Amino acid sequence: MKAKIHVTLKQGILDPQGKAIEHALDSLGFKNAANVRVGKYMELDVSETDKAKAEAQVKSMCEKLLANTIIEEYRYELV
Amino acid sequence: MNIGVIVFPGSNCDHDCEHVFKDVLAQNVTMVWHKEKSLVGLDGVILPGGFSYGDYLRTGAIARFSPVMSAIKEFAKSGGLVMGVCNGFQILLEAGLLPGAMLRNRSLHFVCKDVHVRVENAATPFTGACKPGQVLKIPIAHAEGNYYTDPVMLAGLQANAQIVFRYCTPDGRVTLEANPNGSLDNIAGIRSAEGNVLGMMPHPERSAEELMGNEDGRLIFTSMLESLRNRPLKMVGA
Repeated sequence: MKAKIHVTLKQGILDPQGKAIEHALDSLGFKNAANVRVGKYMELDVSETDKAKAEAQVKSMCEKLLANTIIEEYRYELV
Repeated sequence: MNIGVIVFPGSNCDHDCEHVFKDVLAQNVTMVWHKEKSLVGLDGVILPGGFSYGDYLRTGAIARFSPVMSAIKEFAKSGGLVMGVCNGFQILLEAGLLPGAMLRNRSLHFVCKDVHVRVENAATPFTGACKPGQVLKIPIAHAEGNYYTDPVMLAGLQANAQIVFRYCTPDGRVTLEANPNGSLDNIAGIRSAEGNVLGMMPHPERSAEELMGNEDGRLIFTSMLESLRNRPLKMVGA
């Protein structure tokens, strides 16, 4: 089973990279782009056929390592 | 005293710390490879600056799983003095030995320059040689020193005098302009609730001798040694 994981800074936490990209988009003429948030995308294989078990494992991975939940939030899908 | 300097793959200020303790302050230094599982015989421990594990995932995120970290947790739990500088601070945060997390600098730049910090708490084992409110000039060199914690924890840090250093102007005013990285409440360094673990972004080892043109950082190390000399006769971390 493949896990597709997105980690982003929590809402309300300043994302300086997002701001810089927003300014760059603005100077390129994309005046309607706003609230750019930069994050990480990770893919990994879980050798587990039971979806609930795989999900519990991926959640644990996110909590323990892949995201720092003080500043980041995560979401994932299993395919 | 026998001071342990932890060496992670990617540490690059380890020998600067070694130099200060050994050559400037005439102490014994043990370089401790991150695979070590014991800190027996050490009086204090330094986690130096650098780019442990290439800053992969997040700064300090992988280093916290090094075998030596369990020993450092035990050492800290038993009251041993642990100090993290720059990347060492980031590792202590990721390991949960200090509260909070680091964000990218507000400017997005890697900032390498002298800054001024005000000693907010001169009653710690790392600042005993400083006067309360004393302004120290110490260099920073980092891209991720923008300290963050939630409002509840911040209030706790303030109430318990856990904020040890704050970025300030040369005359000691804590202002927005004096904040080099966007750090919450101008925080440059904090201590643990118990007081024996310190994390700071500025590099005192780069400003600890006359030859370097600045000796302010030396106060941190002499404070540490002084408090080790005055501690009750009990071996810690054994």
